[in-house]
Amino acid sequence: MRKLKHISVNPEDCAGSCCLKVDHLSVTLGSDEILKDVCFHLHCGELIALIGPNGAGKSSLFKSILGQMPHSGTITFHTARGAKLKPRIGYVPQSPSFDPGDPVSVLDLFVCSISGWPVWLPIPKKLRQQVLECLSRVHGEDLIDKRVGMLSGGELQRVLLAMALEPLPQILILDEPFSGVDMEGERQLFALLDEVRTKYDLSILLCTHDFNTLSSMDKVLLLQKQLLKSGTPAEVLDSREFKELFSVTDGKGGGAR
Amino acid sequence: MNVWYTLVDLLPFSWAEPGSMFFMKNALLAVLVISPLFGLMSTMVVENNMSFFSDALGHSAFTGLAIGAICGLTDATWPAVLLAVTFALLFTLVEQKSDMASDTVIGVFSATAVALGIFVSTLDGRSFTKFNTLLIGDILSVSPEKIGILAVILALICLLWLLRMNQMTLSAVHPALADSRGVNLTSQRAIFNVTVAVVVTLSMTWVGLLVINSLLVLPGAAARNIARNMRQYFLFSLLGAVVCGIGGLMLSFYIGSSTGASITLLLAVWFFVTFAFRGRRR
Repeated sequence: MRKLKHISVNPEDCAGSCCLKVDHLSVTLGSDEILKDVCFHLHCGELIALIGPNGAGKSSLFKSILGQMPHSGTITFHTARGAKLKPRIGYVPQSPSFDPGDPVSVLDLFVCSISGWPVWLPIPKKLRQQVLECLSRVHGEDLIDKRVGMLSGGELQRVLLAMALEPLPQILILDEPFSGVDMEGERQLFALLDEVRTKYDLSILLCTHDFNTLSSMDKVLLLQKQLLKSGTPAEVLDSREFKELFSVTDGKGGGAR
Repeated sequence: MNVWYTLVDLLPFSWAEPGSMFFMKNALLAVLVISPLFGLMSTMVVENNMSFFSDALGHSAFTGLAIGAICGLTDATWPAVLLAVTFALLFTLVEQKSDMASDTVIGVFSATAVALGIFVSTLDGRSFTKFNTLLIGDILSVSPEKIGILAVILALICLLWLLRMNQMTLSAVHPALADSRGVNLTSQRAIFNVTVAVVVTLSMTWVGLLVINSLLVLPGAAARNIARNMRQYFLFSLLGAVVCGIGGLMLSFYIGSSTGASITLLLAVWFFVTFAFRGRRR
C-alpha cells in the first residue's frame, strides 16, 4: 500500500493562491481520443463541478490527475509561494452498494486502508482514537462501530470523505458523491464540503449528474471529450452548449454512472 | 508426536487408552490443524464470493491426483498441488482479462477439470473405485508427517493473513477504494486463489472432495450471520470450525460415519442456528 506522510496545511501559507493547472491535457486509448486539449485551473478553497454525458471522459480526467493514466499535456501544482510540488490528492471513489449482511464495520474499513495493523486482531486503543479523529472531521464519530452495509448513502459518503481526508490532502476529488444520497444527506454533504474546504483550504473537484446541486459550485466545467464550456453555474447552465448536449429541461440529464 | 500421545492419553475416552488407537489420536491432531486452517480461509472465501471457485479448485486437485496415480506415482500430492496452482493462476488471468461473469468462467474451468480427471482415471477401462477415498476422504488414515505439512501450511497462512489481510479485505469490500489506496487488485486475487488451491489440494485426501467446499464456506457463512465486525467474524468462524471439527470426529467414531460428512453436518446445524439469530445484531 502506498504510504503517504501527513503534512498539516497552513492556511496562511496558501490563502487561495495555490493552484492546480491542467494544461492541454489529452488522452488517447488506441485510436480513440478520450480527452482533447483540456485546460483549466483549480485554486485552493475552490469547489468545481465537472458535468458531461456518460463517456465524456470524466473518469479519464480524474485518473490523469491522480496519475493513474498516461496522458499528454501537463498537470502541475504550485503552492502560493510558487514552489512546484506533487500534490497530495484525496480521492472518494464512486461506491458500490454493500451487502447489508457484511460484517465489515466502519472501523474495520479505516484500519484496512490507513494502517498496517491486521484487521482480524484486537485493535489497539490508539488506532481506534486515530480513526475517531478522522471521523470527527466529518462529524461521524457515532458511525465508528456501524457495519458498512447498514450506512445510508449520505453516511457512507461522509465515511469515505473522512478516509480521503487522511492524510490531509491539498486536492479532493469526488466521483459522483451525490448518487444514492437523499435530499437531507445531500444538504449535509454540501455543508461538510464547504466546511472542509475553508477549514483546510483545499480545492475540491467533483463530477455529478445532479444538476440541482450546481448552483452551490464556484465553477462548472462542461466536458464532452473537450471542454465545451466553463464558468459560473449560471453561465454554463444557460449556455447553448449545455442545452445542446442535454436536451432536457427538468434539471436532470444523462444516466447515473 | 509422543508428547501429543501422552497428552491425549489423559482424555477420558475409550479410544484414548495409552498404547492403542493411534489412528484416532492422529486424526484428532489433524482435525486440530485442519479446522483452524479452514476457519481462517473461510471468512475470506465468503467475503470474496468465491465458494463456487473453491469447489472448482477441488475438482482440479482431484484431476491432479488422478493423473499422478496413472503415471504410477504412489504419492501424487505435489503434482496435484502444482496443477491446482496453475489452474488458480490461469483462472485469475482469464477472470481479469474477460468480461464474462466469473461464475461462467468458473463453470468452464470446473467442468473441464473434473472431466479430465474422470477421463484420465478411467482410461483403458480402469475402475474408478480406487478414487472413492478422494471423494469421501479418510482422516483416520492420516500420518504424522502429513500432519506436519499441514501444520506448516497453517503457520504460513497465519503469516500471510497477518501481512495481507487488510489489502484483501479492502479489495473484497470496495475494489475502487482499494485501487485508489494503491492496492494491486490482480496480485491480491492471485495470491488468495493460489492459497486456496494449495490448502484444498493438501487437505483433500483427508477431508474428501465432496465435503471440502462446505468446510471452506460454512464456518465463514455462519460467522457472517452474527458477527458485527471483522474480529468477531474471524473468531466465530475459527471457533465454529474447531468445535464442529472435533465434534464431527467424535460423532463419526461413535456412530461409524464418514468424518468429513459428520463435520459438515455439524457445521450446517451451526449455520442454521446462527441464521436464526441473524436479526439480533444491530
